[in-house]
Amino acid sequence: MDMSQYLDIFLDEAKEHLQNLNEQMLLLERDINNLDIVNEIFRSAHTLKGTSATMGFNNMATLTHEMENLLDLVRNHKMKVDSRIIDTIFSSLDILDQMVISISNGGDDSLDATEMINSLRSISSGESAEGKDQNSSSALGNGREDFLFDEYDRTILKQSIESGYSVYKILVTIEAETILKSARAFMVFHELEKYGEIIKANPPVEDLEKEDFGDHFSIILISKNQLEQVKEAVMSISEILDVNISTVTKKDLELETEDSKDIKKIEEKSQNNNSTKIQANKVSGKMVRVDIERLDELMNLFSELVIDKGRLDALANDLRNPILTDIVEHMSRISSSLQTNILNLRMVPIEQVFNRFPRMIRDLSKELNKKVNLSIIGADTELDRTVIDEIGDPLVHILRNAVDHGLESVEDRVKNNKPETGEIILKAYHSGNFIFIEITDDGKGINREKVINKAIEKGLITPESTINLTEKQVYELLLKPGFSTAERVSDISGRGVGLDVVKSKIESLGGFISIDSKLGKGTTFTIQLPLTLSIISSMLVQVQEEKYAIPLSSIIETAIVKKDEILYVQNQEVINFRGKIVPLVSLKKVFDVPNSTNDDSDEVAIVLVRKREKVAGLVVDSFIGQQEIVLKSLGTYLSQVFAISGATILGDGQVALILDTNALIK
Amino acid sequence: MNNQTEQVNEELKIIVFRIKNEEYGVDVKQVKSIERMEHITRVPNTPPFVKGVINLRGVVVPIIDLRKRLGIDQQEYNDSTRIIIVNVDEMEVGLIVDEANDVIDIPISSIEPPPKVVGGVESVYLRGVAKISERLLVLLNLDQVLNPDEIRQLEKFGIE
Repeated sequence: MDMSQYLDIFLDEAKEHLQNLNEQMLLLERDINNLDIVNEIFRSAHTLKGTSATMGFNNMATLTHEMENLLDLVRNHKMKVDSRIIDTIFSSLDILDQMVISISNGGDDSLDATEMINSLRSISSGESAEGKDQNSSSALGNGREDFLFDEYDRTILKQSIESGYSVYKILVTIEAETILKSARAFMVFHELEKYGEIIKANPPVEDLEKEDFGDHFSIILISKNQLEQVKEAVMSISEILDVNISTVTKKDLELETEDSKDIKKIEEKSQNNNSTKIQANKVSGKMVRVDIERLDELMNLFSELVIDKGRLDALANDLRNPILTDIVEHMSRISSSLQTNILNLRMVPIEQVFNRFPRMIRDLSKELNKKVNLSIIGADTELDRTVIDEIGDPLVHILRNAVDHGLESVEDRVKNNKPETGEIILKAYHSGNFIFIEITDDGKGINREKVINKAIEKGLITPESTINLTEKQVYELLLKPGFSTAERVSDISGRGVGLDVVKSKIESLGGFISIDSKLGKGTTFTIQLPLTLSIISSMLVQVQEEKYAIPLSSIIETAIVKKDEILYVQNQEVINFRGKIVPLVSLKKVFDVPNSTNDDSDEVAIVLVRKREKVAGLVVDSFIGQQEIVLKSLGTYLSQVFAISGATILGDGQVALILDTNALIK
Repeated sequence: MNNQTEQVNEELKIIVFRIKNEEYGVDVKQVKSIERMEHITRVPNTPPFVKGVINLRGVVVPIIDLRKRLGIDQQEYNDSTRIIIVNVDEMEVGLIVDEANDVIDIPISSIEPPPKVVGGVESVYLRGVAKISERLLVLLNLDQVLNPDEIRQLEKFGIE
C-alpha cells in the first residue's frame, strides 16, 4: 500500500509526539515517582511506535518499542526511575528526532540505533527479566464497550442538553444470522438521522461499514424527540433484535471525564510546579491542517483586493456618487474584518518556538554544570507565522548567553548568598501593535567597566567618549559587531558572531532589542516585534512628485510648523517641539528628489518619528493620509536600499516606497 | 548556457531586441514577458542605471535601463520603448530596450565567442555573437548584467 500520501501527517504527528515526550520527560526528571507522567510518556511512545510501524519505519518502531518496554516496567512498579533511565530515554528521543528529520528530508530511518536499543534492553533486563514482552501492546485492540468522549464532544453534548435536546445512548443488537450487517447498521443510521444528529458510533462508522463488528453497536444521538419514538423507529427496521436506549445526562458526561483525569492531573501538577513547561494543548478541537503555502496564497489574493479597494476609494472620492460611496464604505468594512480574520489565521502561538527551550536549557545546564530553572510565561501569545519562523535563532542565542554568561557557577552563587539554582524567565506578551519577548536571568548582571574596556580594546569607542555614557548606551555596545565579552571562547556562546547578528535579525523583522541590567542581580533582554509583517497601517506623504509610506508604528505625530521656527544647531536644522529639540531630516535631500514645484509656502509639514527614545522630524511637502498598505519586497535585485524597507502598490496602481525610519534617525 | 555544449544542430530560441543600431538577443527561457513603458517609481540611492520599480500585475519589479547598464549613450523613451521582464536565478528584473519585436531560432553552432568589445559593450556582459545570414546578433550574458554583487558594490559607492 502506498503510504506516501500519509507521510506529511505522520511526520507532523511524530514531531508532536517527540515534543510531548521531551516535555513529559523533563517533568518526570523533576518528579520521578509520578506514575501519571510515566503513563503519559508510555501512551505517547506507544502511539509513535504504532504509526511508525504502519509507515514501515521499522527502525523507529523497534527503538520506541524498547522504550515502551522499559516504561512499562516502570509503570508496573517493577522498576524505579533513575537518572540512568532518564538519560537513556532522552538520548533515544534524540535519535528518534534525527530519524524524523532524516525522513522529512526525503531519507529514511536507517540511523544506527543498535547501541541505544541495547542499552534500553540492558536496563530493562537488568532489573526484571521476566516482565519484558508481556505488556507491550496492552493498549492495542482492547475494544472498549463504552464511549470515550473528548473535550469537544463533551462540550457539544452539554450544550445540546442545556438547549433542551435529549442525548440518547442507543445500543442496537442485530439478529446474529443477519447476512448484510452493515446494511442494517446503515438503515439504523439512516432512520436515526431523521430524528436528530448522530454524534458518535461505537465501533466507529468505518468499522461498521466494513462489517467489522459483532452483533451489536451503539450510537450517541442528539434529538428533540421522545425516547419511545426513537426506539420505535429503530425497531421498525427488520432483523433488529433489540434496542436499548438510555438518556445521557449532564452528570454522566461529568463522569465520563474520569477517562481523561490522569491527563488533567498532569496538567495540574505542572501548573503547581511553575517551572519549565508549556502544556501541549490536550484539548483537541475540530482542526484542519492547512498547508502554509495556501495561507500565503490567500494572503496574496487578499492583498490584491486591498489594492483594488484603495482604487475604488480613490474613484469614489473623485466621482462623489453617493451610491458608489456607500458601496465602497461597506466594502471597506468587510475587507477590514476579512483582513483581521486572515491575519488571525496566520497567527501561531509562540509556544511553537518556546517548546524546544526547556530541553535545550536542561542539556546546557548539564554541560556547564550549572543549575537552571527556566520559567516560560505567555507561551500562548500569538505572532505572525513569518515572525515565528525567524525569531527562533535569536532567542536560542540570547538564552544560551543567559545560561553561559549571565548565570554564575553554583559555587559563585552560594558565595554571593544566592540560591544554587539560577532562574531564567522567558516571557512573551502583547502590548499595542507589538509583541514583547523578555529573557530575564538572575545572574551576575553586566559589568559596566568590563564592557567599556572591551569596547575600547576592540576599537569600538574611544576612551574619551566613555565618560558620559548612560547605562543603556553601555549595554548597547554589546550589540555592536565585533564585540564579545566572554573571556574564554566556550562551545555555548561567544564565538564572536554574537549579539550583533541577533540585533540585525530582529531589526530586519521590524523590531527592536534592548538590554537592562543590574550588577549582581541579573540581566533582561527585551525584544519588541510587530504583530504582523504583511499589512501595515501607514501615513502616505508627498515629496515633490513622489509618494512615500511611513509605517504608523514609528510615527509619534504630525505637525505643521512655520519656517521661521526652524533653528540651526551646528548646521543641523532643528525645531523646538513641545520643549524638546528635535533634529529635522529633509526627505527631499536624503532621497535626492527631483524638483518639480517651487516651494514658496512659509510652513513645512513634519512627521515626527521615533526610534526608541530618539526622535526626529521628517520634512515632507504634504500629508496624503492614513492608509492600510500591503508590504511588498523590492525583490532580490534591490535587496538593500538605504532607508527603504519595501514597497507597496497604491490605489492608482503605482508603486510607493516604504520608509525605514530607523535608518534616518542617527 | 550548457546549450553550447549540446549537439551542433541544436537550436536556441531567442528574443531579439534593439539598442541603438545593434541587435541583441536573450534566451526565451529567461524572458517572462515584454511590457510597454509605464510609470516607474524612482528608488533613491541606487546606481544610475536602476530606473526604479514598476507594478507588474501586483508584483513589484525593479527596472534597469539597459543602455545605461551597458554604457551606451542615452536616448529619450518613445512609443517603441519596451521593458523586457527577465527571470534570472529567481530574480525578476525588467530591462528597458529601444525596441523588441522578434523571436527567432538560431542554430547553436552559429554562436561564436564575443570579441572584446561590441558596439561599446564590454565582453563580460556578452555570451557570444551569432551570425544569421546578414544579421549580427549579440547574445547577452544576463547573469553578469544582473549580477547583484556588482550592484551592491555600486550602491555602497553611491552612498559614501
